[in-house]
Amino acid sequence: MRKIKELVIEKSLFTSALVTIAVTVGIILVLAVEAVRFFSEVSILDFFTDTQWTPLFTEKHFGILPLLSGTLLTSFIAIAVALPIGLSISIYLSEYAPRSFRKTVKPLLELLAAVPTVVYGFFALIVVTPFLQEIIPNLSGFNSLSAGIVMGIMIIPYVSSLSEDALHAVPQSLREASYGMGATKLQTAFKVAVPAASSGIIVSIILAISRAIGETMIVAIAAGQQPRLTLDPTVPIETITAYIVQVSLGDVQHGSIEYRTIFAAGITLFVLTFLLNTLSYRIRKKYHLKYE
Amino acid sequence: MNSIQKNRLKDQLFKFWGIFCTLIGLVLLIVFIGDILIDGISRIDWGFITDLPSRKAEKSGIYTALMGSIWILLLTSLIAIPVGVAAAIYLEEYSKKNWLSGLLEINISNLAGVPSIIYGLLGLEVFVRIMSLGASVLAGSLTLSLLILPIIIVATREAIKAVPSSIKDASYALGASKWQTIWLQILPASGGGILTGVILALSRAVGETAPLIVVGALAYVPFAPQNPMDEFSVLPIQIFNWISRPQHGFIENAAAAIIILLLITFIMNGIAVYFRNKWQQKWK
Repeated sequence: MRKIKELVIEKSLFTSALVTIAVTVGIILVLAVEAVRFFSEVSILDFFTDTQWTPLFTEKHFGILPLLSGTLLTSFIAIAVALPIGLSISIYLSEYAPRSFRKTVKPLLELLAAVPTVVYGFFALIVVTPFLQEIIPNLSGFNSLSAGIVMGIMIIPYVSSLSEDALHAVPQSLREASYGMGATKLQTAFKVAVPAASSGIIVSIILAISRAIGETMIVAIAAGQQPRLTLDPTVPIETITAYIVQVSLGDVQHGSIEYRTIFAAGITLFVLTFLLNTLSYRIRKKYHLKYE
Repeated sequence: MNSIQKNRLKDQLFKFWGIFCTLIGLVLLIVFIGDILIDGISRIDWGFITDLPSRKAEKSGIYTALMGSIWILLLTSLIAIPVGVAAAIYLEEYSKKNWLSGLLEINISNLAGVPSIIYGLLGLEVFVRIMSLGASVLAGSLTLSLLILPIIIVATREAIKAVPSSIKDASYALGASKWQTIWLQILPASGGGILTGVILALSRAVGETAPLIVVGALAYVPFAPQNPMDEFSVLPIQIFNWISRPQHGFIENAAAAIIILLLITFIMNGIAVYFRNKWQQKWK
């Protein structure tokens, strides 16, 4: 009797674990099925080479490039903000700051990542854009600069926390050897600790990029809804995620080509983040046991 | 200035730069929150919380959106906590090291990195269309449950891992079965850690906007949901809707609703941190 009960419990726990596999299979199937239907109507060559994305207009173009460039532009700006600040924070906290300071500051910084993204969208549109317009007069009300900067602030803790963990794991003996040779803290940090923790730092950067590419609400609110193949950060653009939101808010018939575009856009986004996540997982597994 | 002095100066300069970077994030957070308080605090009164949405900004309240968020929170907890904790127990206590456990591991780590809007597309096709739940609270909760599942699993595994093996050995030595050991020893001992992870995951769910928009949650619903099959709105969607309107009154409403949303988020995070600290002391 007891054996049967134990077995039933084990099987139901196992089923719960299998749910996670089902989710992945579900995501891939849903995206693939709708995308295949999409590509039976739109040539895959056009999808990757056409420079216009206008599925909601009468003259339809299905080129993903404008959405992709919008996504990469906002992500690039976000990383340009988050990387120097996040890395400096992690180096300061692990190499310079007193222990008690680190213990209070780290959870406070992580609050930045806990704030709902719709709130950051509000900041970008209502606070940061008007402020930037004082400096750059021809900045449009919707632009990738403001959305990118705010997104960068949001992902600072992704870079700083994980990098700090990596730096923290570097054995103290390496630092002491460096100090013994007469190096300053700065020299030790950049020539010993950072190279030793490089795999962890790279993982944190990749995860931050992946997070920026998938971020939705900030760009949907503050970056605009105009798919445009440009590198100009002052004009309205549209990202893949913002396009999906735009279509979902409208009244689009299930089964129509417009409906399928969100899955074609979605699979592009999924592949992009999947590659980045897999890369970071590989790096993490490969270098995990380096100092243990 | 010789090179030693130069290096010492660089060292000092970097130290100040580091302090500056650490504080800039926090200062910006305070500026943002201060700005929102100035914009929205005067708008908050009892009526703002209990009024239905309206076309006039000054008459609009967040009642339906708040009720929607509470419904989502409850249903998501009911679905995600049992499945997530069960999956974590399996992975930590039962699973043997083989290709399947490796696959589960990679898969969960990957799911944690899938953008939330992709979960929305999954929910739209599977729950809304195929299972024909429509744009209901249940469909939204199922979607968010899948979204936070990896977070709950990872946190629960960490908590279970932290339980000293002496507790397990003692339980087995007394003749307890595997499940008795898990249910009576491991789960109570790791409860604080699991709770921390679960609360953080739920606080993430409360703030999610994009997947629910994709699933079809509405910006305007006349009544609060009465059962799981009703259509719904949630606070973040209400905020998004108000931000996208040009009239100034709605911006004030958005700021006021943001204050409520941040209050909920920060309280949940505070509770989580409290449990984490309390639980960490336990094994020292």
